[in-house]
Amino acid sequence: MTEPHSAVAEHAEHSPYLRHHFDSMEQQFDSATLGMWVFLLTEIMFFGGMFGAYTVYRSMYPAAFASTSMHMNPAFGAANTAVLIVSSLTMALAVRSARLGKQQALQMFLVLTMLFGIAFLVIKGFEYHEHWVDMKVPLFSGHWDYSNTPEFPHQAQYSHQAQILFCFYFFMTGFHALHMLVGVGLMTTILMMARHGIFSKDYFTPVEISGLYWHFVDIVWIFLFPLLYLIGNARKLI
Amino acid sequence: MHSVPSVRTYVTVWAVLTFLTFATYYIAQIDLGPWNIVIALCIAFFKMSLVIFFFMNLKAESPLTKLFAAGGFFWMILLLGQFFVDYISRDWMPCGKMW
Repeated sequence: MTEPHSAVAEHAEHSPYLRHHFDSMEQQFDSATLGMWVFLLTEIMFFGGMFGAYTVYRSMYPAAFASTSMHMNPAFGAANTAVLIVSSLTMALAVRSARLGKQQALQMFLVLTMLFGIAFLVIKGFEYHEHWVDMKVPLFSGHWDYSNTPEFPHQAQYSHQAQILFCFYFFMTGFHALHMLVGVGLMTTILMMARHGIFSKDYFTPVEISGLYWHFVDIVWIFLFPLLYLIGNARKLI
Repeated sequence: MHSVPSVRTYVTVWAVLTFLTFATYYIAQIDLGPWNIVIALCIAFFKMSLVIFFFMNLKAESPLTKLFAAGGFFWMILLLGQFFVDYISRDWMPCGKMW
């Protein structure tokens, strides 16, 4: 009761989701978005280091990397790229529905985004299994075989360098898949919040910033796909 | 708050992204020598820009957010630039190769 009258009046009319340290919902929204972008910048640096290391080793062993890339299955890679891009579309549409206050559409698009995310992980799992059976898993004794085969008659010379590319492959796609898992967890949380009726035309910040995260993970894959799967395709005879 | 892009915009961006994915895939089958990687990265950068400007709706964000996003790429260029300056110049030193 000691508060000035105007403050009481403001309290009465503002959204229950407006925190005290913000002046308006718009300022709160802009701050949250900015904070998410700052987090994504740290993620850019995190993946950037791996892309940098990859580039250094690839420039050292171009022929070995091109040859080794032939053991990646570009059909899986392309399918996963397509799946992720569709999931980004459904995520963008989920954010759009949240902005417009369409709760049913928001929940539907969140579920679709999760399903496409899980589809990506399942395809990735099949791929990892293929590498395991194909004995292309470095660091696991008994799961690395890079001797010459009828299909790859000159590859044994690259056995050591090939392990470098496969290490990059498993680290980069593994960290990416970890981010996808976190993304699916985020979507589950957002879906729960949506079902509890937390979001409205005036408050949809969590949907928006989770969307930013999801699109970022999509961007990482956009670079991983050509750099890991496609570098050897044009040189089938190596 | 911000203007809401139309469903048509999002679907168009998705169609272009999917088209470019298959373009990357098929162009990689043709041997263009050093141009393979250049084209693949140009397509990847273009796809990234589409995702950032349309799906992440960066063009509607506040100027401060735009500045931070641009700052992120500036730091990334610094990181990779210094990385490559180091590795490319190692052979120039009289102490010989590091590997």
